[in-house]
Amino acid sequence: MAGRMVVGSAALADLVRPASAPDPAGGHRVLPVRAELTGLLPNRGLRRGSTVAVGAGQPRRSGATSLILALLAEASRAGSWCAVVGVPTFGAGAAAEAGIALDRLALVPDPGPEWPTVVAALIDGVDVVVTAVPATVSASVATRLAARARQRGSVLVPYGRWDGADVTLQVVRGVWQGLGAGRGRLRRREVTVSARGRGAAARPKEIKVWLPGDELTRVIPRSAGLGAPSAAPSRRLRVVAPPACTLAAAGPA
Amino acid sequence: MSGVPQRTLLLWCPDWPVLAAEIVDGVPATDPVVVLHANRVIACSERARAEGIRRGLRRREAQGRCPHLTVVDHDPGRDVRAFEPVVAAVEEVVAGVEVIRPGACATAARGPSRYLGGEEAAAERIVEHVAQSCAVESQAGIADGVFAAGLAAREGRIVAPGGTREFLAARPVEALGRPALADLLRRLGVRTLGEFAALPAGDVLARFGFDGALAHRLAGGRDDRPLAVRQPPADLTVTADYDEPVDRVDAAAFAARMLAERLHERLAGYGLACTRLGIEAVTAHGQELHRVWRHDGLLTAAAIADRVRWQLDGWLSGSNGRGGTRPARPTAGIVRLRLVPDGVLAQAGLQPGLWGETGEERERAHRALSRVQGILGPEAVVTAVLGGGRSPADQVRLVPWGDERAPARPGPPPLPPAGAAPGAASAPVVVPAGGGAGRRAGRGRAVAEPPWPGRIPPPAPAVVLPTPLPADVRDAAGEPVVVSARLTVSAAPARLTVGDGRPAEITGWAGPWPVDERGGRRPRRAAGPGSRCAWPTAPPCCSRSRAGSGWWRRSMTERRGSAG
Repeated sequence: MAGRMVVGSAALADLVRPASAPDPAGGHRVLPVRAELTGLLPNRGLRRGSTVAVGAGQPRRSGATSLILALLAEASRAGSWCAVVGVPTFGAGAAAEAGIALDRLALVPDPGPEWPTVVAALIDGVDVVVTAVPATVSASVATRLAARARQRGSVLVPYGRWDGADVTLQVVRGVWQGLGAGRGRLRRREVTVSARGRGAAARPKEIKVWLPGDELTRVIPRSAGLGAPSAAPSRRLRVVAPPACTLAAAGPA
Repeated sequence: MSGVPQRTLLLWCPDWPVLAAEIVDGVPATDPVVVLHANRVIACSERARAEGIRRGLRRREAQGRCPHLTVVDHDPGRDVRAFEPVVAAVEEVVAGVEVIRPGACATAARGPSRYLGGEEAAAERIVEHVAQSCAVESQAGIADGVFAAGLAAREGRIVAPGGTREFLAARPVEALGRPALADLLRRLGVRTLGEFAALPAGDVLARFGFDGALAHRLAGGRDDRPLAVRQPPADLTVTADYDEPVDRVDAAAFAARMLAERLHERLAGYGLACTRLGIEAVTAHGQELHRVWRHDGLLTAAAIADRVRWQLDGWLSGSNGRGGTRPARPTAGIVRLRLVPDGVLAQAGLQPGLWGETGEERERAHRALSRVQGILGPEAVVTAVLGGGRSPADQVRLVPWGDERAPARPGPPPLPPAGAAPGAASAPVVVPAGGGAGRRAGRGRAVAEPPWPGRIPPPAPAVVLPTPLPADVRDAAGEPVVVSARLTVSAAPARLTVGDGRPAEITGWAGPWPVDERGGRRPRRAAGPGSRCAWPTAPPCCSRSRAGSGWWRRSMTERRGSAG
């Protein structure tokens, strides 16, 4: 009896593992992102250990913060811990609307000159580290941080200019809808996001998504009545037009 | 029920609510004073009683009988607070005191009377000690059982052992302290406790129920409930004095770690854990630095040492001084450290997640964030809590990591809870176009929360400026756009300049939406309207509000969140 149990547990040994341990098969090596954004990323998600840069654009083109929130949302909801470094203007309300769990989100608004130490410490313990890149970051510091993230299995999301990222996402254009001359209010925005990177992501891609979408601001059609919100099609953040070259991650999740 | 009633000594302070008002609030009890509860007199001073005031009178009747009456509101907390020193004084003489109510406490009579040489001597000694240490007048009574001792104390009598039944028999039924029962007994012709006690117990139980049966036992002198002796609160504070003043942070942190371990041993001895901790440091020159730390989990020894280090780091080295919020650097080293557990609760043990992983991830993240707090100071790592409020900046409160997550303003968060967020695509939240946040207020909530009408509807801005920037809004003709007292815009806004930036074209705008904020305090500025514009170049749109005379940019709505 005891012998059989030993055999049984030995057979189970390679099947059972703590959920937090890295999965060699790759399932847990990738943090989920929204269905609409999967096409932009080489592993259809945030691969642990990778660096996904979000370009701030030349005159800080708008929409980058929204894009970061959209990137974090699914991973945070799935239980990951996130940290945002050096963004004092971070809108927590928008983060909550995006679906980020605020109790698993730490903010370091002002890291000061200790920026590399702080980011390195966070990489050790937090799954996704978003950081605004200070103007003066030497290439060696950047390389070391990226290597640390690779070693610890965290995702580093630099926000700003960052050479050597696996993927660099950039907001190309953003058009708001819902506001006219003297009436209406902002409802949703069509954002064009481009991605370029190394290796599997070398081919540039471009998609259009709603950032933010209109599911929080939608008005019920009068004909549908008040009681049937589910009758309306689920219009979550989605690809507006099929991208020029690749991917077909359209439709609601 | 077991055996005979215990011989009990009861100490009674007459007119305790009046005395408590004198002790705590300084109302002289020698004047006519009444304490009112629900417009009825519940206690009065000796002078007031001489003026004809009795318990149960209405306020106006009492004032009619004695126009120069001082009226104090009833405050049970005040009564208890003032009685605490009296109980402590009694405990100095005897062990094992039960507080019956504020103004009366009981103890077993056998021990003190044997030790102090007789019941009368014991009673005298206790009354005298209370009078000397607290300057409170009191009377003592000794009888078999708490109930009889209470009646005896009112007369300052010592009822001989075994004489309690006769002592009680002559009292009126009102002495039971049950007005309804006493009224009924009187109408049944039962006037004294002796007559009540003579009724058969079974009939009393059948006619008056359990409470009547208990009163019947009391009336018969069979009050055999043992005293519920109070446990004196344990002193959990740990203190360390240093002969050599500590003037280096690492030495202080090392000392704090030892102190924290001592505190933990002491807490563990009582089966307690600490969630709020006061850390007190005293320098050789007598300067003191006190700070209370909160923690949403339990403070471990390492966490306490960290907090001591953070607190002293900012103080001793002054390295993290940001503005004038930190105290000035001390002039001498630290000679005393004290840890005062402020919020303690029963240690229920650690409950890890079912598969262990939730705790592990959390621990890992907490360690990393504590490390960053160690580098930058505790306030540098924050977490956001959503609460009520109108503007996006008001709704968010940033609390230092590890502190309690309590919102700044009451009210529903601007968002449905995470479960209803975009993941559950089947339940889209519907908000009427015209700023219908108010309609969501109180949805499914038991507590009445302020609705915050006029809050900005979603999507919330992804960029919220910590300090508003001055903005300049002009119309097509280049004239500044103003909002009149009747809340009309002077002209359609066409150009916007934020700070020193270059002007941008406005493509869309709406408003103004008047926001009546901080009504009463700033009446002139109360009608600061908020309006919102959009323009094509970066940053294409922003929400702003006007406070007084100028436009201010609060948040860039263009970077509004990816509300998913």
